[in-house]
Amino acid sequence: MRARRIEETIFKGLMLASLVLVLIMLAGIIVITVYKGAPALTLSMLVETPKGGYYLGKEGGIANAIVGSLLLALGASFCSILIAIPVAFGLQKEYTSWRYAGFTKLVLDVLWGTPSIVYGAFGFVVMVYFGLRASLLGGIIVLTLLMLPIMVRSMEEIIRTIPLELKEISYAMGTTKIETTLAVVLRQALPGIVTAVLLAFGRGIGDAASILFTAGYTDFIPRSIFDPVASLPLAVFFQIGTPIPEVQERAYASALVLLLIVLCVSLISRILSHRFSKNIVR
Amino acid sequence: MDLRKFKDTFSTLSIRLSLVFVNTLAFVIAIILYIKAKPILVKVSLSHLLFSTSWHPIRGDFGFFPFIIGTLGVTAIAMILAVPVCLLSAIYLSEYAHKRFRAFVRLVVDILAGIPSVIYGLCGVIAIVPLVRFLGQAIGSPTTGYSLLAGGIILAIMVAPVIISVALEVFRTIPQAARENSLALGITTWEMIKHVILRSSLHGIIAAIVLGFARAFGETIAVLMVVGNVAKIPDSFFAPAYPLPALIANNYGEMMSIPLYDSALMFSALLLMLVVGGFSLAAHIILLRIERRGYA
Repeated sequence: MRARRIEETIFKGLMLASLVLVLIMLAGIIVITVYKGAPALTLSMLVETPKGGYYLGKEGGIANAIVGSLLLALGASFCSILIAIPVAFGLQKEYTSWRYAGFTKLVLDVLWGTPSIVYGAFGFVVMVYFGLRASLLGGIIVLTLLMLPIMVRSMEEIIRTIPLELKEISYAMGTTKIETTLAVVLRQALPGIVTAVLLAFGRGIGDAASILFTAGYTDFIPRSIFDPVASLPLAVFFQIGTPIPEVQERAYASALVLLLIVLCVSLISRILSHRFSKNIVR
Repeated sequence: MDLRKFKDTFSTLSIRLSLVFVNTLAFVIAIILYIKAKPILVKVSLSHLLFSTSWHPIRGDFGFFPFIIGTLGVTAIAMILAVPVCLLSAIYLSEYAHKRFRAFVRLVVDILAGIPSVIYGLCGVIAIVPLVRFLGQAIGSPTTGYSLLAGGIILAIMVAPVIISVALEVFRTIPQAARENSLALGITTWEMIKHVILRSSLHGIIAAIVLGFARAFGETIAVLMVVGNVAKIPDSFFAPAYPLPALIANNYGEMMSIPLYDSALMFSALLLMLVVGGFSLAAHIILLRIERRGYA
């Protein structure tokens, strides 16, 4: 009996230690980013674009990257929504056979797992083929590819949980497929759809590897979708690579801005999904 | 009435088209990467590409072995560090922790899974690299800190949320009755975990590990920032390495000016897509079966 108790105590201790280690590591990421970024974050960082000699430590800010990132992520979210919602609806059994839906889900799993650098390389090849320069448009297209599987998967998870009876009641009244989908399924799944969109937005705004090839980098705010565009992840990446301490400070500040945006999006999605779920029949 | 019917037909058509679009997309990406990789596959044999150590793009010599070893190296270190710690944490959360604490940790883990990889990379540069440099000096192998080990550590932290949340989900699908049955026999909680939880969730644990592996294998920016990027097979944990994703990210600029270089890089992108896609597909099939059976 004693040996068994000792074994239990040892393993319980190990588990607690592991959990504490994991939480410290993860908290460390946030603490380090805030600790390093907060002193470097000034108002002029947020509202100014880089000026002459910026990359040698002179005046300027990262407004170009902040605006660029928001444009990229908003544009890509919009495009993804347009494709993801029909796909998520289409995976219901009214629209497709069980087998085809299962196949599509597996394809989406492969796309979901595909590393963002692969999307970047693919996007680059396609853009070269069409003679497109690195631009806002290119970045949006590649980010759309990246965000699409994330969005569809989490939308589909919610749509699957809608009770069949609800749809049957609606069909019993003689509605068509699209009427039931819009009136019952869309309304029931709305909190899930909002969460899915925000989840994908958060993923998209933070991704660097895919837009490295396709969006380019510039000191200016883009005036058309064919202009190259700066972004926060790349601002962090490029500025940490320089040997000048003042510029590295700006990398910390850019990282903090990016972190704050991602955390805000995450928080908003939780609040919204909680608020919208009041109208849901379970 | 006709309008309603028309709307329904039209929407059904566009919904079906969107499904076809998504399915085609995956194949289009793979096929285009294959077409771009073809010139090098025709010229050099696959085994030479995969197992040659000589990397001299200007001479047209493309041996991916150092990069493959670099990728496998950082991923292996990450998995060795992360898997035991994450599984133990997940077991604790599932079997010992209070419901509210479990929900709290799950929230934290979810949020951290969404933090951009460039931030993990930045923290790696700030904290992990100096730590590894210090460690290396302490045990007598001087290093800059930008090394295989640093890449492994940062990846371990990045895959932790994935492994923990999938493992936790799998443990929670085991019916409470299965736990109570064995506890009623008078065994300790740990013995119950060993004999009931771990045994019946073996497949799910494998799926969790595979998903973590897939995430680590394709990770680009965070690893690129701390791993040193030297195209040589690393001879110790403290030596720099050069994983495949970093190779693609660092060289897209000049790949158009050297013959076959773009083809070689697209070959590595295809390789990444196939390996990572294959692994995550396998993991999802396992998880799907668990879900369908109720528990593993």
